[in-house]
Amino acid sequence: MTLIALMGALEIGLIFALVALGVLISFRILDFPDLTADGSFPLGGAVAATLIAGGHDPWLACGVAALAGAASGWLTAWLNVRLGILQLLASILVMIALYSINLRIMGAPNMPLIGSPTIFSPFIGDNFDIAWQVQPAMLAALIVVAKLGLDVFFASQAGLAMRATGANARMARAQGIATERMVLAGMALSNALIAVAGALYVQTQGGADVSMGVGTIVVGLAAVIIGETLLPSRTLWVITLATVLGALLYRLLIALALNADFIGLQAQDLNLITALLVGFALVLPKLKAKLARKPGGAR
Amino acid sequence: MLRADTLFKTFNPGTPIENPVLRGLSLQIDSGQFVTVIGSNGAGKSTFLNALAGDVIVDSGSLHIDGKDVTRTPGWQRAGLVARVFQDPMAGTCENLSIEENMALAYYRGRKRGFGPALNRSLRELFRDKLATLKLGLENRLPDRMGLLSGGQRQAVSLLMASLQPSRILLLDEHTAALDPKTAAFVLELTDRIVHENQLTALMVTHSMRQALDHGHRTVMLHQGRVVLDVAGEDRSRMQVTDLLAMFEKTRGEAIDDDALLLG
Repeated sequence: MTLIALMGALEIGLIFALVALGVLISFRILDFPDLTADGSFPLGGAVAATLIAGGHDPWLACGVAALAGAASGWLTAWLNVRLGILQLLASILVMIALYSINLRIMGAPNMPLIGSPTIFSPFIGDNFDIAWQVQPAMLAALIVVAKLGLDVFFASQAGLAMRATGANARMARAQGIATERMVLAGMALSNALIAVAGALYVQTQGGADVSMGVGTIVVGLAAVIIGETLLPSRTLWVITLATVLGALLYRLLIALALNADFIGLQAQDLNLITALLVGFALVLPKLKAKLARKPGGAR
Repeated sequence: MLRADTLFKTFNPGTPIENPVLRGLSLQIDSGQFVTVIGSNGAGKSTFLNALAGDVIVDSGSLHIDGKDVTRTPGWQRAGLVARVFQDPMAGTCENLSIEENMALAYYRGRKRGFGPALNRSLRELFRDKLATLKLGLENRLPDRMGLLSGGQRQAVSLLMASLQPSRILLLDEHTAALDPKTAAFVLELTDRIVHENQLTALMVTHSMRQALDHGHRTVMLHQGRVVLDVAGEDRSRMQVTDLLAMFEKTRGEAIDDDALLLG
């Protein structure tokens, strides 16, 4: 694998680290199985691409994408807590609806951004040869900020209340926590992060496509699960770190698998590799426990 | 202090499994009074407590705590007035959060939660001092996961958590029922101490008539969603478990077939 291919894998890994942090909030912290990601990721991409193509500031485009993502997550949560629709079903409804909405936003199935300014372009300038270094570096900085921001938030009074909501809602209510509002806010935060990832994705890939969201949730979950296997912990800042590392490792393994000619895998095998990787990560803790038990005999 | 007036609550109304649990329950409790509540299964004890806490909203009747009408107030908004300890040790705490995080959650009960850090040195100091009074060695285990504690330890911490913030009333829903006799005795003793030290108004549901008479100032018996017996003061201190049973039978004009009331 070449260095540029490695950096490319790192770049996408960093973007999906943001997705993974969002998935961590919904699936793990709020215990809300949420598939909205498959719609909110391309929503962020569509909003950002449309705004940038319309001549707006790329940073502003990311901000608006975050708001749009937050609205979609809030809507999923609202369908659940206010209308009592099953969590999974509520998120599928929003995801499906977003497909049409994304088409409406872009006015076409795809929107190229070749030559348009991005958040990266001021740092790249006219020298396009350094793009493969600048983009991962900037994304890494953004991910560090997002990770530390989440760590600070979840250690705060409000953040702790959100964690309690997912861990034991009845207890949380008994402590005076408005659990419904916490779910609404947490889901908004989760999908805002995922939408920003979509906004960054279109700026690195040179355009948005309505089908770019397919499988987002699986990749996010894969990163969370690989992270948990890699670095099992109950401490929140370690969990967020594990999630980011999980996303990077996942993309790296994918790149390795696709680049190793002797295995004979091709790009269309991506989803198969994902399924195998996640399956392996899920079984690994049990295998480890089994192996650890063997030498000592009993227990 | 607490005034419940003709509370009615029916679960699954209009269905074959319709279940009228509260049928005109009225009860007044003065400030600082420790009331024990007994009654057979299905008498409405837990539903009454849930109605006070706001987990259940009554169909009709009115509920005042400290002069405030809370009949329709959702549970989380009553948390500043009501503290509670659940029967299930798992229910009252978050097992995946640490001891100090659980206590921090309780420390902000009924208060606004902002973006400031949930824990700091002075809070940890406070939690450590409080835990030390339990004499369970928990003061050195602040960062440990709540799930690592035994049921008795968790109930003891739950009691502490309930007393971290002032509340108008403490609700104890058979909080020793899931514990072994020795641990139950310890938690009950702790309950008496915390209620006494903090001058709390408390309502304790129990399955044991012995406990009901040995603790608190007043005993109330529920049957079919109503108060059928209410004793305090002299009458109560002279009363034995057998007297309680006899009074119950007289009032209701029927024999008790629930062993749980006789045992324990």
